[in-house]
Amino acid sequence: MSKRFWLFSVGFIILVSCSKDIVDQFEGFRKPSHFPEPSYALNNNPITKEGFELGRKLFYEPRLSRNNTISCGSCHIQSSAFTQHGHDVSHGIDDRLGKRNSPPIMNLAWSPSFMWDGGVFDLDLQPIAPITAHEEMDESVANVLQKLKAHPDYPKLFKKAFGSEEITTARMMKALSQFMILCVSANAKYDRVKQGKEIFTADEQAGYTVFQQKCSNCHAEPLLTDFSFRNNGIAIGTNNDEGRYLVTLNPADKYKFKVPSLRNLSYTAPYMHDGRFYTLDAVIDHYRSRVQNTPNLDPSLQPGQGIAISDDEKTKLIAFLKTLDDKDFITNRLLSEQ
Amino acid sequence: MKKYVFMASVAMLFIVSCKKDVNDTSDESELVPLSVEFDNIVGGQNLFLNTVTYTNGAGEDFNVSMFQYFISNISLRRADGTEYVVNQDSSYFLIRESDAATRFARVKVPEGDYRQLSFILGVDSLRSTMDITKRTGVLDPSGGMEDGMYWGWNSGYIFVKFEGISPSAPVDPSGQRKFRYHIGGFGGYSAPTINNIKKITIDLSASGIARPRKGRNANIHLMVDLLKIFNNSNNLSIATNPTVMFSDFSTNIANNYTAMFYHDHTEN
Repeated sequence: MSKRFWLFSVGFIILVSCSKDIVDQFEGFRKPSHFPEPSYALNNNPITKEGFELGRKLFYEPRLSRNNTISCGSCHIQSSAFTQHGHDVSHGIDDRLGKRNSPPIMNLAWSPSFMWDGGVFDLDLQPIAPITAHEEMDESVANVLQKLKAHPDYPKLFKKAFGSEEITTARMMKALSQFMILCVSANAKYDRVKQGKEIFTADEQAGYTVFQQKCSNCHAEPLLTDFSFRNNGIAIGTNNDEGRYLVTLNPADKYKFKVPSLRNLSYTAPYMHDGRFYTLDAVIDHYRSRVQNTPNLDPSLQPGQGIAISDDEKTKLIAFLKTLDDKDFITNRLLSEQ
Repeated sequence: MKKYVFMASVAMLFIVSCKKDVNDTSDESELVPLSVEFDNIVGGQNLFLNTVTYTNGAGEDFNVSMFQYFISNISLRRADGTEYVVNQDSSYFLIRESDAATRFARVKVPEGDYRQLSFILGVDSLRSTMDITKRTGVLDPSGGMEDGMYWGWNSGYIFVKFEGISPSAPVDPSGQRKFRYHIGGFGGYSAPTINNIKKITIDLSASGIARPRKGRNANIHLMVDLLKIFNNSNNLSIATNPTVMFSDFSTNIANNYTAMFYHDHTEN
């Protein structure tokens, strides 16, 4: 009897400790069942708990900036789905302003290119851009490495992640990529509907139909972007940002920007590459009636006419767009500054 | 299955084409040192940073505050036409005028009599798109905005960076009359764009073939005349083009600077 009781107690203790383990368990990268294969070369950067945690610490590390004031998380705020809510263009070091709106750190494993103009083709090379940009972090990667080497914790953390205390550009970038790769947003109501776990309301369903007919050409499911570069007919900005042309020098790319994902729209206002629209209403009104005839306007849009969407359709479309909000993503403690 | 056959064929093509180029099976221990020296000059004068005023073909005075460039993919050809291609991982060099030690590209080659030298001015497109773990040494993209040789916003190396002060340059936002030429462009990753990768081939037979031998250090001494940047097939004026970076115009400068290099002599 007492032996049984003892066994039972041990079993109970194991159960308790297991459930604790499960809470903290690191699952690594798991492709959501309704998503395509990722484009990031995961084979070149196996994701580990230690690598991810180092990447997370680096993501929230202000030492990445010249005067240790700005971290990646400064302009990519989790509660705003990793954008800089309320800022039309990014607000960086010494109160300097960038020329574009901070894009979300979200589902980057599937993105074949980065930045509004696609100038960066490998996620591992992406952090170099904001670290060195004058109006963002205004630092050099070499200096960042020096700061990390002199830090009491980082050499040990690099050892845990990569096997030795050596801190190199490649290791720093691989760790940052491990964190960013795990910033997966795939648990909005839309996703649960796709997985057969929930159903849309009548309005959401009607909005989904409008979306499929009038938006999904560019905002392709399930990532809600086709990653192409297009001119969506917004007026040329006052800074004459030529978008994709700046990296291809192809005149046919002038004023084209990457099609952004529609996920988490409720958290990521303002909208467009320069944050010119503050509300979804303003965005849809643009497509309904304010499309400008600028060079390389996307063939799917007609100047002045835009996309025919009635007021009723607009209400339902917005109801559908709200199903793309992923509360889990913006509250997941695993992705927060620790 | 089809895919594998295709891949195998591609692999075979590579092997075959490699064989043709590298008909040396010399093992590493048999290789001997060879250096290529890049001696930067301005017309008939030695280059001194900051202190000396030079004049370009357009009659514009200028001095030089920075002059640096990538040399890569070195290969050598013998009289019989066979070629030795230096192991690519050991074939990237950043020549910086501000650091005299960097003027030598030091490689290892089999003993032989070499009549022709080839290299790339810049970084080849394959390396420009490789995983970051393959970008070590001079290819580490960790440099800053000032002396770095990498564009973070448009992934790619800057092949040649040439800056200086000239009374012909307009006053820039920093209050200086500075000209800045940052030339790069490997052809584009997902969309084609400018390609300023230049292969330079230099005949050594007139001024001394290279005869690297065990126990010695052969040195091919090249002159690099930066005046050619201003005047070759395209005339460049500092007043008209004080800043040239990633733009179509940069191809004019790249076409000019292929003529910078000439062979002065070889020390065997």
